[in-house]
Amino acid sequence: MEQTVISVNAINRTSTAQKMKNYSRHPGSLLVFILTVLAAVITVGALAALIIWVLIKGIPNLTPDMFSLTYTTDNQSMLPAMINTVQMVLVALVIAVPFGIGSAIYLVEYAKKGNRLVTIIRLTTETLSGIPSIIYGLFGYLCFNVAIKMGYSILSGGLTLAIMILPLVMRTTEEALLAVPDSYREGSFGLGAGKCRTIFKLVLPSAVPGILSGVILSIGRIVGETAALIFTAGTVGDIAAGLTSSGRTLAVHMYLLANEGLYINKAYAVAVVLLVLVLLLNGVSGLIAGKLKKG
Amino acid sequence: MQSAAAPSHHKSGTGKGHLLEKVMKLLFLIAACFSIIAVLLICFFLFANGIPAMGEIGLFKFLSGVNWRPGNNIYGILPMILGSIYVTAGALVIGVPIGLLTAVFLARFCPKGIYRIVKPAVSLMAGIPSVVYGFFGMCVVVPMIRPLAEKFQGDSYSMLTASILLGLMILPTIVEVTESSLRAVPESYYEASLALGATHERSVYCAVFPAAKSGIMAGIVLGVGRAIGETMAVIMIAGNQPRVPDSIFDGVRTLTANIVIEMGYASGLHRQALIATGVVLFVFILILNVCFSLLKHRSEKQS
Repeated sequence: MEQTVISVNAINRTSTAQKMKNYSRHPGSLLVFILTVLAAVITVGALAALIIWVLIKGIPNLTPDMFSLTYTTDNQSMLPAMINTVQMVLVALVIAVPFGIGSAIYLVEYAKKGNRLVTIIRLTTETLSGIPSIIYGLFGYLCFNVAIKMGYSILSGGLTLAIMILPLVMRTTEEALLAVPDSYREGSFGLGAGKCRTIFKLVLPSAVPGILSGVILSIGRIVGETAALIFTAGTVGDIAAGLTSSGRTLAVHMYLLANEGLYINKAYAVAVVLLVLVLLLNGVSGLIAGKLKKG
Repeated sequence: MQSAAAPSHHKSGTGKGHLLEKVMKLLFLIAACFSIIAVLLICFFLFANGIPAMGEIGLFKFLSGVNWRPGNNIYGILPMILGSIYVTAGALVIGVPIGLLTAVFLARFCPKGIYRIVKPAVSLMAGIPSVVYGFFGMCVVVPMIRPLAEKFQGDSYSMLTASILLGLMILPTIVEVTESSLRAVPESYYEASLALGATHERSVYCAVFPAAKSGIMAGIVLGVGRAIGETMAVIMIAGNQPRVPDSIFDGVRTLTANIVIEMGYASGLHRQALIATGVVLFVFILILNVCFSLLKHRSEKQS
């Protein structure tokens, strides 16, 4: 069997000279080939240009006063914004992760096929993932800031972001749970364990890498979010004293710096930090997901 | 003793174990309903706060008025609606061809070694924050457009700049959806075309590509949603003048930009009008979502 596969591949393989000959006979194909490669080069080139530009312009601007613990209009320090970002990530994850995982468990382990509730849940999740962040911001402002009277606060921003990342956490957890082989569950049931025990002792532990990679991706989204936060968490530059006080995250800090136009150099510096953070989060998430596929 | 008792609990349905099972199932069910509650809440708060303003201004006047002068209590959002549509269309003109071709490259032309670089690069593009894109547009794309804009006596903070940048930003969305729908096309389509004597390129573009049509359309619709909802990057580069643009070198203000720019200081009817702007945007997005799920279901049925 394997022998035939190899020989078929050998037949399909063409040498460069053969390819050239083919293209000279079909100039249209050559043109299409060139266009296709060109598009890919543009895509990767644009990304490379963006990353290189940010690094070159930003790294010289990473001065120590950008990392001072106190924010003043003079130093425009980004450390307080970084601490606020961490607070924001924690608040959003504490809410979104349990709900997201619970929801995915219900969909994968409990729900029966063709259940009407499942259809509605899928529809609403899809809707949530299509809503732009400014709508979340508007909703968060109207619901948490005005109606529940939280005011501009980390808590209000975190709640808004929790709803925003919920579909992402749900979808990645669902995929991770579906990837757990049924034989695990059958084995567990066969040994007399209940459904609950099977889920917590077997299914969830084997799905941890997939869930983790999704959670890290959602951290990336929180770190980069601006529009949903300006009117919920506010724009105060200092470290938020608690969950009920206002504070800007790193991305909001960068938007304000760039938009005021007075601190373009400082905005470059924040851009480097944001970009490196996103690169790291993406890389780690990809690494975990890659390991999952191999294992 | 206990291990012997566990299965009987399970079967007979009595005792502590069974109660725990029921409680956990209920908890998972509640978690699952969270997304339904969230969507209902979002709809309620937006509509309850936005629709009264539409009534007060007059729905027709609000949607088709070409003047937005909050100081004089004149609220017409047609310039913003058109701004959003124009910028999105521009983004599609740039993003769709590049995105589709890149997806074809990834699915059918790419050697394994290069795939390992290009694929993560595309997903990284999706992860870069929109402020960073906006800043890149402000400091790199705007100066690049400036000589051209001056030639046509327009602004460099313009529709064209916004379209180029948004075209770049919707690339990952289009590439990812298109690539997976191209991969879902049965290999036999490609092989049959090759066997009939078509070249590799012809087989890919004339046999495989049309078969993935619904999935590709779904990807484009998703890209439209991204472009129309993009906020921060557009604010930083589109100029934001609330008037109907005459040329691609005119500044535009989108629906999203309108909300962010004025929400900070608006009050009374002005604030409500901004929320109503959000409602219009929300309705656009809902329509796009419906289109997306219809197309997705159709492509799933096909494959």
